Amino acid sequence: MHPALSIIFFTTASGAGYGLLALLAAGSLTGHLPADATFGIFAFGWALGLVGAGLLSSLGHLGHPERAWRALTQWRSSWLSREGVAATLTFLPALAFAGTWIVAGRISAPAAALTILGAVATTVCTAMIYASLKPVHAWRNPWTVPIYLLLGLYTGALWLALLVHAFGPQFPAASPLAALLGFAGAAVKRGYWTFLDRSRADSTPETATGLGAIGKVRVLDPPHTESNYLLKEMGYRVARKHAARLRLIVMLVGFGLPVLLSLLADVSASGPAAILSLAAAVSGSLGVVVERWLFFAEARHTVTLYYGASHA
Amino acid sequence: MTDLPKAPGAKKLGLVIDLDICVGCHACAVNCKQWNDGGHSAPLTDLDPYGKDIDGVWFNRVHSFEAGDHECGRTVHFPRSCLHCETPDCVTVCPTGASYKRAEDGIVLVNPDTCIGCKLCSWACPYGAREFDEVDGVMKKCTLCIDRIYNETLEEVDRVPACVSTCPVSARHFGDLGDPDSAVSKLVEARGGIDLMPELGYRPVNKYLPPRTPKRQAAAALKPSEEVAAKGILAWLDRALSR
Repeated sequence: MHPALSIIFFTTASGAGYGLLALLAAGSLTGHLPADATFGIFAFGWALGLVGAGLLSSLGHLGHPERAWRALTQWRSSWLSREGVAATLTFLPALAFAGTWIVAGRISAPAAALTILGAVATTVCTAMIYASLKPVHAWRNPWTVPIYLLLGLYTGALWLALLVHAFGPQFPAASPLAALLGFAGAAVKRGYWTFLDRSRADSTPETATGLGAIGKVRVLDPPHTESNYLLKEMGYRVARKHAARLRLIVMLVGFGLPVLLSLLADVSASGPAAILSLAAAVSGSLGVVVERWLFFAEARHTVTLYYGASHA
Repeated sequence: MTDLPKAPGAKKLGLVIDLDICVGCHACAVNCKQWNDGGHSAPLTDLDPYGKDIDGVWFNRVHSFEAGDHECGRTVHFPRSCLHCETPDCVTVCPTGASYKRAEDGIVLVNPDTCIGCKLCSWACPYGAREFDEVDGVMKKCTLCIDRIYNETLEEVDRVPACVSTCPVSARHFGDLGDPDSAVSKLVEARGGIDLMPELGYRPVNKYLPPRTPKRQAAAALKPSEEVAAKGILAWLDRALSR
């Protein structure tokens, strides 16, 4: 599948934003994060900024962005519509939570709880857009939803650790939590890639053409001599060699380095800890961008079976 | 609404494509392009049509495959277009309601006035039936020539999809596949018509008639013959000529 930059930025940025919102809510509900105004301004500014920028970016690939409001109407059948509704609704408790925190200097427990609910629901809807697509084996499997949830939470935790070390609320668990989520993220991605390498879609060139009864199916002549929308959008392919290298980059830059830096930040004085956390957050976020790029680039669509792909 | 019709009608209009007969001439694809360039979803935009990087929207694409090997192998020409599925995910994934399936005849259409061009429907179609129009910014697809089949200004014989009307070998048939007594249903029954990618559960309305299997004797006769020892006068001739 074609890795569109607007979608990659949207899913990674809003994922991190929702992760950060959920952790701010969880941290305050458990009494670890006091409603400090300065911390709140930066934390909510960054979290809502990530979410908002991501959502705006998602409009970037639309043929008619001015009609985007229509996408809120079909929540009964469409995960994309549900995502839009969930994202819009989540702004209500998130803004109430941020407002009471920054302006009134107190934690609104109902707003915090609803923020967690909204953040999780929106991220699940995003993941389900992909996990519900039957023609894409790399997406329609039990790994997709946990990956989106976990990586959103992980990148959110990296940014939370930076905010905690930079603005000083006593939340000693922040960096270890980021490291722990990094471990979990690496394990889940490793599991996903093993699944991807060892399994194939049920559909084959034989089922796609219905000619399996005759024998193995090969392309003789393509239907057109130039590329087309289908091949540009669904026929994107990444060389196995490059995919292996990019997976390694995800493991090292996305998980290994940030986990190491987070553990170092945990035992450092507050000044160096902030710098280490910043490096961890930037590295982890870049790594997750590469991860998301691969999530698209490695995914094969059944339409390619008509164009000579041996499997999907 | 992109929910599928709660009470789908009995009528299921669709195509039956005979892979035994199709000669791969692409006339159906060309006439489809010609008609629909001025039809319901017009235009079928071409990008850089006379340049080096030609691209454009087509509703019908004709592939050519080889299936099987040696004497049992076949070359099969394979037109591919929207199958107007009974449970099409391209409809249910649509966030705006632009993509819909008609209850009255099962035709799957896109409303170009409400489509936001998110392309998700094209991802949800396993068959590659939908093509995005970069210029209009909306998704386009086969309409089963809705502007021909109900068009009373046309002669009745012409009220069939453009691809069907143009096929020079009658490899394409149009009719009501929801009616077991229709000509197309009987053809599917007689020839063992099949669904494409049935494992995905989209339940295509369009059916493909598989190539007929060659008779057993014919298949054997097509095997390269082994050299056999000549007898009688042929043996004498063979010896004489081998000297």
